[in-house]
Amino acid sequence: MRIDVMKTYKLFINGQFPRSESGRVYELSDSKGKFLANPAHGSRKDLRDCVVAARAAFSGWNSATAYNRGQILYRIAEIMEGRSEQFVAEIVAQEGVTPAIAKKQVAEAIDTWVWYAGWTDKISVLNGSTNPVAGPYYNFTIPEALGVVAIFANGKPSLLNLVNGLAPVIASGNTAILMASEKFPLSAITLAEALATSDLPAGVINIITGKTEELVSWAGSHMDIDAIDASGLTSKQLKQAQELGAENLKRIHSFDGKASPLRITSFMESKTVWHPVGI
Amino acid sequence: MIDLKAIEGITNGSEDSLKQYLRALPPVDQVGVEARTAVLATRSIKNASKNWAIDLAIRMVDLTTLEGGDTPGKIKTLAAKAVRPDATDPTVPSVGAICVYNDMVKIARSQLDALGGQHVPVAAVSTAFPSGRASIEVKITDTKDAIAAGAAEIDMVIDRGAFLSGQIGKVYEEIKIIRDVCGDKAHLKVILETGELVTLDNVRKASYLAMLAGADFIKTSTGKISPAATSPVVFVMLEAVRDFYMISGQRIGVKPAGGIRTTKDAIKQLVLVNEVAGPKWLDPSLFRIGASALLNDFLMQRMKMRDGYYSSPNYVTLD
Amino acid sequence: MSNFEYAPAPESTAIVDIKSEYGLFINGKFVAPKSGKRFTTINPATEEVLAKVAYADLADVNLAVTAARSAFTKVWSKMPAAERGKYLFRIARILQERAREFAVLESLDNGKPIRESRDTDIPLAAAHFFYHAGWADKLEHAGMGNNPKPYGVAGQIIPWNFPMLMLAWKVAPALATGNTVVLKPAETTPLTALLFAEVCQQAGLPAGVVNIVTGDGVTGSHIVNHPGIDKIAFTGSTGVGKAIAKAVAGTKKSVTLELGGKAANIVYEDAPIDEAVEGIINGIFFNQGHVCCAGSRLLVQENFADELLEKLKRRMSLIRVGNPLDKNTDLGAINSASQLARIREISDSGDLEGAERWSPACNLPQKGFWYPPTIFTGVSQSHRIAREEIFGPVLSVLTFRTPQEAIEKANNTPYGLSAGVWTDKGSKILWTAQRLRAGVIWANTFNKFDPTSPFGGYKESGWGREGGRHGLAGYLKAGK
Repeated sequence: MRIDVMKTYKLFINGQFPRSESGRVYELSDSKGKFLANPAHGSRKDLRDCVVAARAAFSGWNSATAYNRGQILYRIAEIMEGRSEQFVAEIVAQEGVTPAIAKKQVAEAIDTWVWYAGWTDKISVLNGSTNPVAGPYYNFTIPEALGVVAIFANGKPSLLNLVNGLAPVIASGNTAILMASEKFPLSAITLAEALATSDLPAGVINIITGKTEELVSWAGSHMDIDAIDASGLTSKQLKQAQELGAENLKRIHSFDGKASPLRITSFMESKTVWHPVGI
Repeated sequence: MIDLKAIEGITNGSEDSLKQYLRALPPVDQVGVEARTAVLATRSIKNASKNWAIDLAIRMVDLTTLEGGDTPGKIKTLAAKAVRPDATDPTVPSVGAICVYNDMVKIARSQLDALGGQHVPVAAVSTAFPSGRASIEVKITDTKDAIAAGAAEIDMVIDRGAFLSGQIGKVYEEIKIIRDVCGDKAHLKVILETGELVTLDNVRKASYLAMLAGADFIKTSTGKISPAATSPVVFVMLEAVRDFYMISGQRIGVKPAGGIRTTKDAIKQLVLVNEVAGPKWLDPSLFRIGASALLNDFLMQRMKMRDGYYSSPNYVTLD
Repeated sequence: MSNFEYAPAPESTAIVDIKSEYGLFINGKFVAPKSGKRFTTINPATEEVLAKVAYADLADVNLAVTAARSAFTKVWSKMPAAERGKYLFRIARILQERAREFAVLESLDNGKPIRESRDTDIPLAAAHFFYHAGWADKLEHAGMGNNPKPYGVAGQIIPWNFPMLMLAWKVAPALATGNTVVLKPAETTPLTALLFAEVCQQAGLPAGVVNIVTGDGVTGSHIVNHPGIDKIAFTGSTGVGKAIAKAVAGTKKSVTLELGGKAANIVYEDAPIDEAVEGIINGIFFNQGHVCCAGSRLLVQENFADELLEKLKRRMSLIRVGNPLDKNTDLGAINSASQLARIREISDSGDLEGAERWSPACNLPQKGFWYPPTIFTGVSQSHRIAREEIFGPVLSVLTFRTPQEAIEKANNTPYGLSAGVWTDKGSKILWTAQRLRAGVIWANTFNKFDPTSPFGGYKESGWGREGGRHGLAGYLKAGK
């Protein structure tokens, strides 16, 4: 009998897979209490590195054409399709669901990427406008990505929730820091491996595993994070994030599990441009 | 009379250098100009300021008749009105000039002189007014005739066709030639006919072109084309003379003509002069208003300011 | 008279009837404050007392919230949307009818020139009601799902710089979307809001739909912290905005914030220079610079800065400072003694930090609060006058060498409300507009507003938009 080669679950920062700079890990068990893995216990400095990477990637990703971003999101779906089995196995192990249910979740997660891939070049039409001002001016409003978004993914369904958080945020040109679910982090790291082999530029998505309690306070207070998807936070954690986030007026939103263009526009700004019309 | 020496050296006068010069002028944003003139139009001029402005504006009027049906009789009454606009009130100043067609200059001059109006110059429209569509020889003759008949001011038209087709050099040369014909005998006003140039960028360019060629005044319009002296056009021309002064040290005059019919309109023009070119231009030697009916509105306003109630057109003479 | 001196042309104040004392407007009636306290509001141009105004404490805010809640559940949320819209149309019309009265009162209480209150503030306020009136029965097309719902009771806190216009920006969308309102005008400028209460009465607006409580920051915090408030809309300083965000953390309250700014006004060498000068003037001296989106940082391309500044200074010397009620006044009074002190304090730091100050000669009145139009040249990014919102007629001039540098400097601020760009080159306008991190970009114009045009900031300049379809989102819960 062959001994399995077990995977080391590391962080995903700026396209690299480093261990936590703190050297810490935490022990993760499966649904039956059996040891599963030692994912990294991310530190405040790891988070800082994520923010630096995400900020640096923002300008390039944000100025990529919507067509280009759409193709890259679709490419992520393609890569995930090829790794379906691994995602299924991890979901079964983490969540204790049947392979059939896990398979359905993976399929849904992949389809979610495809759905958002199609939104990249349509969201401006949905949330942009030309405004008939009372004067000789051409006036239009366009939605724009707002910058660096920290995403607290909800627990179960573990993979689908990651994609529900990530896809709408990066579709518009934001860069993201995904705080993997403390209890179900494995899908996040495997997703990172899919991302690393897709065409996604380094730094657009960064993934950190660790203790949510700590991550909330670090992310909430970090002045170079522009917004938080707080879907995975408890009401107490949300309050903390909101209190800390007030310092730089982070945009903080929570969502149910449904995919919606509102998830895209919630992490966008509206820019209105005026110009005279004359000869 | 402007000092042509001071202008030489800004360009060498070749069409290429003129084009280059005009192209380098800053662009005009029409909407911005309109917004600014709209604000200046809200200036409220009352009491002593209004009295002062009306009398100044009367002194700036180029009292004009430019009709195919002009007759010696019409010109005589116009001359009388020019010298003493209000026969009942000797405190009303004479107008700036009277403006007539070439063949009416002589009679206008003699009539003015007969009425004690030696101080009122006669302006003649010239150079195949209003279209400007004639050979340079005809334009020269036209101008010489007017000066010989006693015109002290020549209101020439530019060749708009040449301007619009890019023959900047031709426009420039014609102005220069007429400038030479005028010599020190006549003041030269150059009519841009802004209603045919259409854009404010063109107004700015044509203004500079005329000033570089030696115009004493730049004038908006013939009065035969609408729109004529709109506030944005006058505004851009006032900016041009202001900035040209900074470059050359020469103060060029501005004359809006056409469409200014009420005291309110005229005072708005004076506000533009005051706040764009500056107070130095608030003088008949640097600002004129080409008009006819306007004068009577001034007189009625004057009566209102004096008597405290509104007058009637029955109390001002129709000349 | 040798020069064209404009004789005084004061707008008559006979049109307004200022009462000596005002109550709170709660449940459709003016009532005496439970607090028993009153405060005075003064004319900042003369320091004369205009009126005594009721001070609302917690008990008064409770009454207002109760009235608004009751009006919401019993009347406003049950009324057909089209009928709701008609009330807004009525209000718009009455504002137009009484426009001059509002304009004069605004200039008296605020100190702004009558030209601006008459031609900008009040007409735009009426336009806001007219625009939003038409939305009332079309909300299913507002991009918030098929059946979007109002939050309920909106607590609205507005600033003193555009008292009536900010009231309209807040009240019109709130009512159109079916919310009821508890509004607190600014402490120094309550009078037009109280006159608006009369308009609500004339329009027959059901009692309790709009409640107006006057007071100070403490009154405002009672509104923010009130459990009966579902929605908070605030316009004011970034500092207070952050405090509100903190205060509502963990609650279900929805919040929109319109906060401060330090807008860059970028002028390229190929700009229409004369109109750019006008735009700079309008950008910083409109409303005495008491404008959150004021173009307070002029970024001018270095190779033609001298030419531009010469024209700018010449134009500044034409600014007519004085009696706000004079129709020819361009720059009125600073709204309050404390604001004047703040302008002085930050501006003085400009002197200390080595920037060069210039103001045209102007005679400031003896009484009242005044500050001359001022520019600082030789300013660097690190100076306080380049970073902090002065909220006064003070412009900081910086230079740049390349478009990239202009963008970097423009975006180098925690604010992101507005920005200006001046160039005759179309592609450069779009290039610049794309890169500026600000909610409103004025290209070859500045300080233009319209009810159809969304307004609001990036970064620390706020949350959400006001105006246009985007502005409705702040007052609606998405439908399914």
